[in-house]
Amino acid sequence: MSTGEKYVAAAYLVLFGTLLLYVALIALKLGRIQRELDELARLARERPGG
Amino acid sequence: MSTSLRNNGAAFLSLLAAALLVAGFTLAFFWAPEAEGDPAFRIFYLHVPVALTAYAAFGWGGWKALRLLWTRDERYDLESYVAIHMGVIFGLLALVTGSVWARYTWGVWWTWDERQLVLFLVLFLFYSAYFMLRFSTPAGPRRARTSAVYALFGVALIPVSFLAIRLAERYIHPVVLTRDPKIESEMLVSFFVCLAGMLVLAGALYLAELAGKRADARLRELRELLA
Repeated sequence: MSTGEKYVAAAYLVLFGTLLLYVALIALKLGRIQRELDELARLARERPGG
Repeated sequence: MSTSLRNNGAAFLSLLAAALLVAGFTLAFFWAPEAEGDPAFRIFYLHVPVALTAYAAFGWGGWKALRLLWTRDERYDLESYVAIHMGVIFGLLALVTGSVWARYTWGVWWTWDERQLVLFLVLFLFYSAYFMLRFSTPAGPRRARTSAVYALFGVALIPVSFLAIRLAERYIHPVVLTRDPKIESEMLVSFFVCLAGMLVLAGALYLAELAGKRADARLRELRELLA
């Protein structure tokens, strides 16, 4: 692999690494929303007349 | 737009972005010829679409800010905020990928002599400061209006940053996209496929982020109702 190709690989890795990180953050946020929804559903069921 | 339509839209755009980016990078690496004298030229297919996508996201954020000020409809506040959030992410990627390319081609990670680079950095820092302004004010109509006015001011920097290289008398940053393109047609086709992919990707991320933020807001309302 030439030096130029190494720089090309580095630039593409930066993009895909950032994208993966972003998708992971979105997945974490979805997990948190899911947990909070479960908690709210439980609270709603426990309310009188719920 | 209903939540399920928005989520379906994000899923559709994600698939379309993946298809376009795979096609674009395949064309760029296996069909488009190598640029003479610059073995790192293939960064072009990544760096320029990312930078143009950042401009588009900032412009979209400005448009939504204008809609907010025009209609006073507060849903545009969140849409403007999320678009600027996308612009900052793509702006950072443009700076980093450009820096990698500059290190190889010019021998430096950054140069202050380039007006386009400096103006892009100014634009990026301007919109990064948007978050400081936004989160230093309590949520409500006042914050929405202040953020919208700030976002609109930044839009003025977009054409300045984009045109700087064309107005400069001396520059080392290449100008490729002109009326008489300085690259071969295969390169141009590959570039436009990559650009389409990047714009669609930003659209998909924008819808996903917006859906997450709206779900968060609804959860807050539900929590208050159940408290």
